[in-house]
Amino acid sequence: MEYTLKEMMTIIAAREISNQDIVFCGTGISMLAAMAAKKINAPESVIFFETGAIDSKLEEIPMAVGDSRVMYHTSANGGLLDSFATMQNKITGDHVVGILGAAQIDKFGNLNSTVIGDYQRPKIRFSGSGGGCDVASFVSKSLIFMQQEKRKFVKKLDYLTSPGYLDGPNGRKNAGLPSGGPSMVITNMGTMRFDDRTREMYLSGCYPGITPEQILEKMEFTVDISRAKEEAPPTPKELQLLREECDPQRLIL
Amino acid sequence: MNVGQNKVMDLKEAISTFVKPGCHLSVGGFTINRNPMAAVYEIIRQKIGDIHLYVHSNGQATDELIGGGCISKLEIAYGGNGKFASTCIRFRKAVQEGSIEVEDYTNYQMTLRFLAGSMGVPFLPTRSSLGSDIINKWGFSKEIRKKSPKIPDEKLMELENPFTGWTDTEKVVLVPAINPDVTIIHVQKADQSGNCRIEGLTFADVEQAKSARHLLVTCEELCDNDELKTDSNQNQIPFIHVDAVIHVPNGAYPTACFNHYDYDPRYLHLYAKHAKDDEIYKEYLDKYILGPQTHNALLDLMDTAHMEGIKADPRTGYAANLDRS
Repeated sequence: MEYTLKEMMTIIAAREISNQDIVFCGTGISMLAAMAAKKINAPESVIFFETGAIDSKLEEIPMAVGDSRVMYHTSANGGLLDSFATMQNKITGDHVVGILGAAQIDKFGNLNSTVIGDYQRPKIRFSGSGGGCDVASFVSKSLIFMQQEKRKFVKKLDYLTSPGYLDGPNGRKNAGLPSGGPSMVITNMGTMRFDDRTREMYLSGCYPGITPEQILEKMEFTVDISRAKEEAPPTPKELQLLREECDPQRLIL
Repeated sequence: MNVGQNKVMDLKEAISTFVKPGCHLSVGGFTINRNPMAAVYEIIRQKIGDIHLYVHSNGQATDELIGGGCISKLEIAYGGNGKFASTCIRFRKAVQEGSIEVEDYTNYQMTLRFLAGSMGVPFLPTRSSLGSDIINKWGFSKEIRKKSPKIPDEKLMELENPFTGWTDTEKVVLVPAINPDVTIIHVQKADQSGNCRIEGLTFADVEQAKSARHLLVTCEELCDNDELKTDSNQNQIPFIHVDAVIHVPNGAYPTACFNHYDYDPRYLHLYAKHAKDDEIYKEYLDKYILGPQTHNALLDLMDTAHMEGIKADPRTGYAANLDRS
């Protein structure tokens, strides 16, 4: 069955979510992955938004985390204080899975969503942290969506917005952050995970028809490719649920 | 704040009375939802400038205030508009051109700053942003901060946990309180004295409201005092914080207002198209903001059928099946 790269990325992320998870998701493909997980493999996972909505029905796909569509049929409608507390609370925080995106990523999974160039007078200004840094600082596991481009997978970030493993295995501890951090990067060509010992990114999967070398060409830094397997494409059932029940109007796909 | 019982005012008068050039202002809502747009357009019309703006994730109001030339300094966590603009367009241009100065925090940090302001404490702690450039890179230099009595000398501070090791925490980040001169929010229901009932998500409106010296509230429905004092657990802001109540139906348009109307995708796309180019942006300003002298005059530019199309479905609170492409 034919599928698009966006659909592939969404399904791969969805598969990482399990029934015990409380999923924090942002705008766009992040939200779609959380919705797909609920429909496909983790029906008991709970979606919540930094705007304060928890377990929204999501009859229609929201265009933003502040969309009124996140407010309908929720367990509680609060505010930002409630949602960030849920994430940073020692008891519930352990269950939270974050789904993030960014303009740049480095080999330790640190993210830049603020500027390219000098902070005082940037060449390009992006939206900023939003809740991204709060999530990255806290949650026990995060999935990161990135476009596979050399200018995005960089040796050194122009600005470190959201902490991954900072500079290595003791990075987070030295900075005073709780343990946790990124578990997977999902791009339009393959997937990466982070080594248990060194906390450096390595190639974990290639999409059908893509080689590790092709992926390395789209990165400024080199990663270990010895563990890369072929990623299983979306099944017809996964695609049907994604297309018909999550985003029938194709607003995001 | 004002402990009086009748604060109903006209929008023009409320803005000219409370929003002064150079003031420290905060606006409520979140990206494309429940921004106090009628008030924002009136600020642009009155050409009030040199404003120091505080928001968390904003949004249409922030981008239009910047586009309208009203803002000189901005403290913000996220300048985006969901799928309509991943980075707000006039905000991006202004930062890249150096025409506004910006200080970045995280969403939680900005919320805690307003909370600190509403609690009367100088700062609140969080563990967010340790190890990041939110701590290492400052938008407002130490010199700028020292010069202005209304900006704290430090952007934030790291502190060793004084309750050594308690809750397994070694270090925290302290973020300074915000007490804006004026906060403006748009709510679904308010009464003449200013009791407010927000429906759907409150975002950080309540903290922004309670930390401000003056609070202006625009409302969809101006209710009877007795109505709001029933089921008062549904009210978030008691009247004592409020200086002005202004009845402005569609006051959040073109952003959404839960239970009343959805965001207007057509207007938001039109805005994005015009915002990309300085010349055609002038045409947008003339036609939609500076031309119409009131919010109703702006709404009159939209055809009735179109406005019907974004009305909220009473079951869901948003416009079900709205074409958002």
